[in-house]
Amino acid sequence: MNAPSFDYAALAPMLIVFVAALLAVLVEAFAPRARRFVSQVVLATVGIAGALFAVIYLATQDKAVTTAGGAVAIDGPALFLQGTILVLALLAVLTMADEDPESGAFTAQASAVPGSSDEAKAVRAGLVQTEVYPLILFSLVGMLLFPAANDLLTMFIALEVLSLPLYLLCGLARRRRLLSQEASLKYFLLGAFSSAFFLFGAALLYGFAGSVRLSDIDAAVSDGATATAATAVVGQDGLLLLGVGLLAVGLLFKVGAFPFQSWTPDVYQGAPTPVTGFMAACTKVAAFGALLRIAYVALPGVRWDWQPAIWLVAALTMLIGSVIAIVQADVKRMLAYSSIAHAGFILVGLLAMDRDGIGSVLFYLAAYGFTTVGAFALVTLVRTSTPEGGIGGEATHLSQWQGLAKRSPLLAFTFTLFLLAFAGIPLTSGFTGKFAVFSAAVDQAPWGPGLVLVGVAASAIAVFFYIRVIVLMYFNDSVGDAVTVTRPGALTIFAVGVGVVATIGLGVLPAAALQLANSSSVFLP
Amino acid sequence: MNQIYWIYLAVLLFSIGAATVLVRRNAIVVFMGVELMLNAANLAFVTFARINGNIEGQVIALFVMLVAAAEVVVGLAIIFTIFRTRRSASVDDANLLKY
Repeated sequence: MNAPSFDYAALAPMLIVFVAALLAVLVEAFAPRARRFVSQVVLATVGIAGALFAVIYLATQDKAVTTAGGAVAIDGPALFLQGTILVLALLAVLTMADEDPESGAFTAQASAVPGSSDEAKAVRAGLVQTEVYPLILFSLVGMLLFPAANDLLTMFIALEVLSLPLYLLCGLARRRRLLSQEASLKYFLLGAFSSAFFLFGAALLYGFAGSVRLSDIDAAVSDGATATAATAVVGQDGLLLLGVGLLAVGLLFKVGAFPFQSWTPDVYQGAPTPVTGFMAACTKVAAFGALLRIAYVALPGVRWDWQPAIWLVAALTMLIGSVIAIVQADVKRMLAYSSIAHAGFILVGLLAMDRDGIGSVLFYLAAYGFTTVGAFALVTLVRTSTPEGGIGGEATHLSQWQGLAKRSPLLAFTFTLFLLAFAGIPLTSGFTGKFAVFSAAVDQAPWGPGLVLVGVAASAIAVFFYIRVIVLMYFNDSVGDAVTVTRPGALTIFAVGVGVVATIGLGVLPAAALQLANSSSVFLP
Repeated sequence: MNQIYWIYLAVLLFSIGAATVLVRRNAIVVFMGVELMLNAANLAFVTFARINGNIEGQVIALFVMLVAAAEVVVGLAIIFTIFRTRRSASVDDANLLKY
């Protein structure tokens, strides 16, 4: 038996982030406390930037390989998604690092019981939970591997590696720690539940195909004659269809699609806001990458069986996300329901099952990710004021956003831009993305025009609640001194600025990005 | 013995685990249900490896055990933290986040 060969150049992005994560653990163990925060931030930034350069280098080489014994496929979609994830993660880390540790988003000591004397002591001592950065890096390794995984085992491992650090990160908020811990518990229990479904689905598909390699599953699907021994024992359709269904549960949970969306608002609201931004943008990109690969590489042969189900899921996800968002009174919850609706829109593009479909999904993910990171970075700036005139926790209730335009015109204007992009108004990236997925689906998806009608209706509903926030900010009276807008640091300004440039740029001049997405839309079999 | 019975057993264990997650209140017991589901998947992998006559399924089972162990570490840490805060590990008490 031959040892599997490793193309280390192709794996370099993941390896660089992984090494940075390991070094970050060492820093945590050995560096003196005073220097930890700065070293962690520098290490994380350098690691992510290095990996980004490696991805760009690989993309210019224009080669597609499967490596690590066929377990990892570095092809066009994988590189595009890895690049997107790394850029978004870099922006998210910058917003995290920018906040003053003393009043930032993360708890001083996660192990101290909220409200206890231990916690007060930790706050007085100025402790900082710098473990956040290694956790982000480990999670990032999983996210980079997830869309590149070429067999179901690698995909499961990547799913867990990306999820486990995120469960912990959700529980590290500095304020409203009970909510944060509750979000962490809910995310963990439901996430573990759904990944168990994914694993059992993988077991059934292994029984069906005799291998967990995606291309082998495809071969077994299209060539029913060469059934494995197990299909003779158990029956072919039972194994295949049940396996596909259970696998879909695990993946649809991660992208937050109906009927597995209920964790999204709770977790997005409870988690520290910079983590929410990271999670909302990067997890969605990674999970849709995996979903695309399974749909296009492993299961194109049975698409007549799963397309109707995903059609229904997409339609209901768009409608439910848009309708329930209307009644939300919390900015973070509203953005969470908006992210559910966007998961539905992206599923529409997935259904097209051709190169246009892949390209439109890739473009949509990038466009949505930039807007999301920017929007959550802005949410961190709107704070309540303490009686002493200091800066309190985040003011996320919509009533606290009334009249924000009078106090901080620039913030209100930027947030308006992001909301218009979420709504899909022309000349923003959201419009281009929606147009791309809808036009791909109209031509190619089964009952595509019907699905697009549902999508347009959902977009119209969604416009209502985005506009409501804009009206609230511009035309209502200010709430007075109860809310302050903190001055953003240079790093946050940079992150939001990149978000703004991408949101407008991808809307006004989308040709280059669409070209890039379309040219990298070929999966290796 | 017909190997299909092992698959039936795996499906049964998986269902018991899923039912445990859905109906039990204590977070630790809920988590035990998840672990049972992972082990049911392991049994299915190993049985299919035997039926199909290749070793891949057994290797996967080893990986899954490792992942399950990592999940226990993270999971118990989260449940323990929330228990120290609330003096309760009931998932029904964690009800602050809604609407």
